[in-house]
Amino acid sequence: MDVAVKTSVSVCQEPFDLAAELRTLTAGRTDIGAVASFVGLVRDLGHGAAQPLLSMTLEHYPGMTEAALAEIVAEAGRRWSLLGVRVIHRYGTLVPGEPIVLVLVAGAHRGEAFAACEFIMDYLKTRAPFWKKEATAAGGSWVDARDADDAAASRWSS
Amino acid sequence: MVKVLYFAGLREALGTAGEDIALAAGVADIAALRRQLAARGEPWPALARTRNLRVALNQTLVDESAPLADGDEVAFFPPVTGG
Repeated sequence: MDVAVKTSVSVCQEPFDLAAELRTLTAGRTDIGAVASFVGLVRDLGHGAAQPLLSMTLEHYPGMTEAALAEIVAEAGRRWSLLGVRVIHRYGTLVPGEPIVLVLVAGAHRGEAFAACEFIMDYLKTRAPFWKKEATAAGGSWVDARDADDAAASRWSS
Repeated sequence: MVKVLYFAGLREALGTAGEDIALAAGVADIAALRRQLAARGEPWPALARTRNLRVALNQTLVDESAPLADGDEVAFFPPVTGG
């Protein structure tokens, strides 16, 4: 990515504002033709109505998390011609329906924006050091990693 | 000495988030460090039992064959589940 590219990564507890982040990413720019966005939410993984999800706590590895996200964004920039990237990932205790992660990717056209956004999420899922623990009335349990996430990430390597 | 960190379910199983470890004689890579730690009796064999254990060296994902040096930061953790 060239010097005009704005990339920013945040790991924080606070909620984020998609509209405000979009404005910041595109402010003063007339070369951006497309912004793809992804927002991940806390989902009840479905243990049944008897045990609804009460909350989800995300643990992370301070220091490595930021470095891993920055490297994933840099790799996206090597693969596609991008004009800006913003990634926010929250940690701490969140309730169902709350946003966890935001990825915004700006490009000249939609093709690279969509592709890079999906790439960043696929790599984030398998490389960024976050762990989810669910709380239900029955207690807490760590969420297992999904083979589907490994498969999604591996399709980008060739 | 190396700084060793544990995260998520592994941290809970071991009852600690991290420690400073003096490398035993002949311990030159992460696989050997893992064996050194797991040999300490309960609950440490959990380090050997954890499936698909991931390892970071100085905050970068690596294989267990990565060589160790004095002052390194090593982290052991289960597969990640963010996003």
